[in-house]
Amino acid sequence: MGRKLLTEHINVEGIETFDVYRKHGGYRSVEKALKTMTPDEVVEEVKKSGLRGRGGAGFPTGLKWSFLAKPEGVPRYLVCNADESEPGTFKDRQLMSKLPHLLIEGMITGSYALGANTSYIYIRGELLYVLRILEKAIAEAYAAGFLGKNILGSGYDLDLFVHPGGGAYICGEETALLESLEGKRGNPRNKPPFPAVQGLYARPTVVNNVESIAAVPVIVNEGGDEYAKIGVGKSTGTKLFSACGHLNKPGIYEIELGLPVEEFIYSDEYCGGIWKGRDLKAVVAGGSSVPILPKELILKTAAGEDRLMTYESLSDGGFVTGTMLGSGGFIAMDETTSIVRNTWSFARFYHHESCGQCSPCREGTGWLEKVLHRLVHGHGQMHDIDLLVSVAKQIEGNTICPLGEAAAWPVAAAVRHFRDEFEWYVTHPQEATKPGAVYPGKLVTA
Amino acid sequence: MESTALKPQFSEAAKAEIERICQQYPEERRKSAMLPVLHIAQAEFGGWVSPEVQDLVAEVLGVKPIEVYEVSSFYTMFNLKPVGKHVLEICRTGPCMLRGSEELTAHLERITGAKVGGPASEDGLFTLKEVECLAACGFAPIVQVREQYYEQLDTPEAVDAMLTELRNQVHRPALPWEENGLPNALARN
Repeated sequence: MGRKLLTEHINVEGIETFDVYRKHGGYRSVEKALKTMTPDEVVEEVKKSGLRGRGGAGFPTGLKWSFLAKPEGVPRYLVCNADESEPGTFKDRQLMSKLPHLLIEGMITGSYALGANTSYIYIRGELLYVLRILEKAIAEAYAAGFLGKNILGSGYDLDLFVHPGGGAYICGEETALLESLEGKRGNPRNKPPFPAVQGLYARPTVVNNVESIAAVPVIVNEGGDEYAKIGVGKSTGTKLFSACGHLNKPGIYEIELGLPVEEFIYSDEYCGGIWKGRDLKAVVAGGSSVPILPKELILKTAAGEDRLMTYESLSDGGFVTGTMLGSGGFIAMDETTSIVRNTWSFARFYHHESCGQCSPCREGTGWLEKVLHRLVHGHGQMHDIDLLVSVAKQIEGNTICPLGEAAAWPVAAAVRHFRDEFEWYVTHPQEATKPGAVYPGKLVTA
Repeated sequence: MESTALKPQFSEAAKAEIERICQQYPEERRKSAMLPVLHIAQAEFGGWVSPEVQDLVAEVLGVKPIEVYEVSSFYTMFNLKPVGKHVLEICRTGPCMLRGSEELTAHLERITGAKVGGPASEDGLFTLKEVECLAACGFAPIVQVREQYYEQLDTPEAVDAMLTELRNQVHRPALPWEENGLPNALARN
């Protein structure tokens, strides 16, 4: 059984309160950092830990921190990205609602490291009830002297606020998030300038995912080198996976990076296998925007090695035979699943969530949805399948933010690995469009 | 023509909450409070934000009305038309679809008589709205009603329990700054 660095105490009665959290070792990283370390030393530990952004991009957190501009006399900000919206991902919601003080502790230690005196947690608007939990916990932290003026007598001041979104996937993109925090539409900004130079209110800003910030306390407490000992290669530490779809035990699992995918799916310690005694057909391993893989390729790489839950192993084979770790939104589909319908659902999602700023995305996501809609409803033609691939290619790389790729990749991958099923919708429309229809052909065309 | 008789006003409790929220941002950045204030407005004025309510938000934040309109029309949580007492936001995205969200939607349409995207049910109780991923995929299928998540609605019993609870809710649950919840869907003009 792997170590649980973030969620060890998640089921302790009352852990959402300051007192119980503190009794279980909470806020030690704040004491250690503020009393015995300089801000740069904290950044150094995070660098050494090898922690990579847990929101999806996997960019090294310590490196991101070291890019923060520090012009004299200009405030800078740490903003927590709690706009968890990537389909298949629900780890941050669990983490924040059950362990609000872990995120707050990470925000304090992180803000100290970056020299921020005001920090924000931007939480998706649908999670207003979690905002209430966080605000209650923040009030407790103020009362205990861990927030506010002169924290623990160190001379360091920090105010921490929670800000709700209004329902927009795009605000998970960091510059759209900052626009939204400024009270505007969530249109991503052109980069450069990057937020590290011009972020919130055009001031230097670091934006980190909830889970990344929640990993900071353990890194400071145990040291970056200790943290880096867990995991495999450049995939250090533990990661929360949100397991959903056709699994016996969907839920949140904190794993040591390096766990074989097969063990994660089938072991009783984790997902407990596929529901209803069925066979696995396909997996989307890192949230809806990463390429789907058929069973054979999610369990083993093309070279026949065990696929591991690491950034490197999941992307082994590139987009031809691999995928990405992404946000850790792990969606399993059983043998009765219609890949075409599922792809349509994701395409509809991205079309709905496109902010409309860049025409390749605004129009392209509409085309993807429309073409898939006609396939799913039995009106597709053979050339529609290539049309999907062509539209996906025209979106990719031609937009301000990665939503374009997020929409294009899943469609391209579904056609790549399941083309014969798409063709079945064209050749057997009446059969394919019956409610509960199951594609009778071979499962994989990889 | 300005008619003060019809002009909506925030309750005193909401006004105080709005001022508390505005303190969270630099003084010259009061506009930052746009989304939280729109949420308060929607809760105050019957679950939707009319043009008049949006004008009030603009006034409170010291911005032009267009700055509110362009935001309220961008984010999906803000209802721009009148709604029933309870807005059932049904997640339709992939992971919920894999666990039966389409059947759930059809079931809710049958029971309530309302149609997704259409007006409220004839009794005025329910508005059905399909939404994208609510970040609770492990507990699919899901419906959100205001700040409450109803999870694992994959049996008729679970759906019935939710609807019964909502039918019995005369007032919406109180928000942290309120003493009591407001009557559902009663615009306080």
